[in-house]
Amino acid sequence: MSEDPSAMPLQLTVNGEVRDLRAAPWVTLLDLLRETLQLTGSKKGCDHGQCGACTVLVDGRRVNSCLILALTRDGSEVTTIEGLAKDGALHPLQQAFIEHDALQCGYCTPGQICSAAGLLSEGQARCREEVRELMSGNLCRCGAYTHIVEAIETVRLSGAEAAA
Amino acid sequence: MNRFSYIRAETLDEALSAIALPGSALLAGGTNLVDLMKYDVAKPARLVDISRLPLRGIEALDDGGLRLGALAPNADTAYDARVQERAPLLASAILAGASAQLRNVATTGGNLLQRTRCAYFYDPCTPCNKREPGSGCPAIGGVNRMHAILGASEACIAVHPSDMCVALAALDARVNVQGPGGVRVIPIADFHRLPGEQPQIDSTLLAGEIITSVDVPADPFGPHHSYLKLRDRLSYAFALVSVAAALRLEDGIIAQARVALGGVAHKPWRDQEAEALLVGLPPGREAFDQAARAILAPAVGHGGNDFKIELARRAVVRALSQAAAGAPQSQSDKRVR
Repeated sequence: MSEDPSAMPLQLTVNGEVRDLRAAPWVTLLDLLRETLQLTGSKKGCDHGQCGACTVLVDGRRVNSCLILALTRDGSEVTTIEGLAKDGALHPLQQAFIEHDALQCGYCTPGQICSAAGLLSEGQARCREEVRELMSGNLCRCGAYTHIVEAIETVRLSGAEAAA
Repeated sequence: MNRFSYIRAETLDEALSAIALPGSALLAGGTNLVDLMKYDVAKPARLVDISRLPLRGIEALDDGGLRLGALAPNADTAYDARVQERAPLLASAILAGASAQLRNVATTGGNLLQRTRCAYFYDPCTPCNKREPGSGCPAIGGVNRMHAILGASEACIAVHPSDMCVALAALDARVNVQGPGGVRVIPIADFHRLPGEQPQIDSTLLAGEIITSVDVPADPFGPHHSYLKLRDRLSYAFALVSVAAALRLEDGIIAQARVALGGVAHKPWRDQEAEALLVGLPPGREAFDQAARAILAPAVGHGGNDFKIELARRAVVRALSQAAAGAPQSQSDKRVR
């Protein structure tokens, strides 16, 4: 595929690796991650910021990557679900999602876990109700919410650091 | 999405010259604009990225007020200790809106300038006077559950979707803007407009002007405030009706009252005559009901949203009761007490 003549350069650090890239102005961060970098963990659910399946961490903050034009984040650090495991060990949230059976189809799971990592580093959730409220940007159409909140609460109460 | 060119403004002056070119649109957080572009509702020829301008700061002013930078992310504003102390009503309203991901990106200025979420406006296959002036309003006589009950026109019954702006209206905020002609200050009450015959124009911001900050005056209400938002699900949904209420009590008597409504009009809705009815009265259901009836007296339903008139009346009474009790509505525990 030949490059779009409108493409402009940008540099991102994606999951710890510096990447020199080019993107046309209308390419979203989500499409860049999925199509250019083949990081297909982040999902295109609604593509309108309503479902949270595309959630990634940009400079440590959880965002909807479908609503961000890639060029606007030139110079940023991006962490996707592919970058959460460290040295062969799952991130505590990944482990907790498995242990609490916090998914059924799994499509929303990468976004749920990245969002939960953002939630933990924000430090604003102090109880189950606040976890529920602050995770409301991530829809799960299988309805695994009870177990998702359980998994996040387990990690939050254990004090395991959100690696972000 | 249409094809467009992209430039990044490094200074406010660069942004002001760039936005002067026809077809240019400012891009800050982009959470609304990029979405509108995906629906082909917004089709700018050129995006001017202002997200790196030094307008992210939040400042505590000497007079007890606050200055919110136009590019301060909503989350930074809501969780700022000075905002929580000096304008807790504003912090609460922001946390009632959107999701954590969106609040991390969406900005003060962008919140003010976001477009309506009317489904017809968002659908280029239908007519819409806001999107294509003169084409008609299918919401009138159509599906209008989310639509306006106050201040609408025969051209448009869309509502402004913001929560933040409802609190800003209650707090008499001021919008600082800069344009080719210099700087000016727009009181929040004059910033958004009613649809009238020109529903395509949402605000009084002029072409070529950029919001630089929003000033929130010192808040004399202490714990006597509440932001009550009623919606179709418990979180992450636009308001059917929301109410920002604040009371200043002196010796058990209402000395000052503010009531702003969201989800009911093309702009945050204030009725200062109705607020004045409360002054001099002891706080209580009787006084609140009288004010609520006055606020809703001019309300008109369009079929699908008729229920919002009674819902809004009750929400005003409840929010004022919460404010009087110094028991603001929690934005995580959604039980309404």
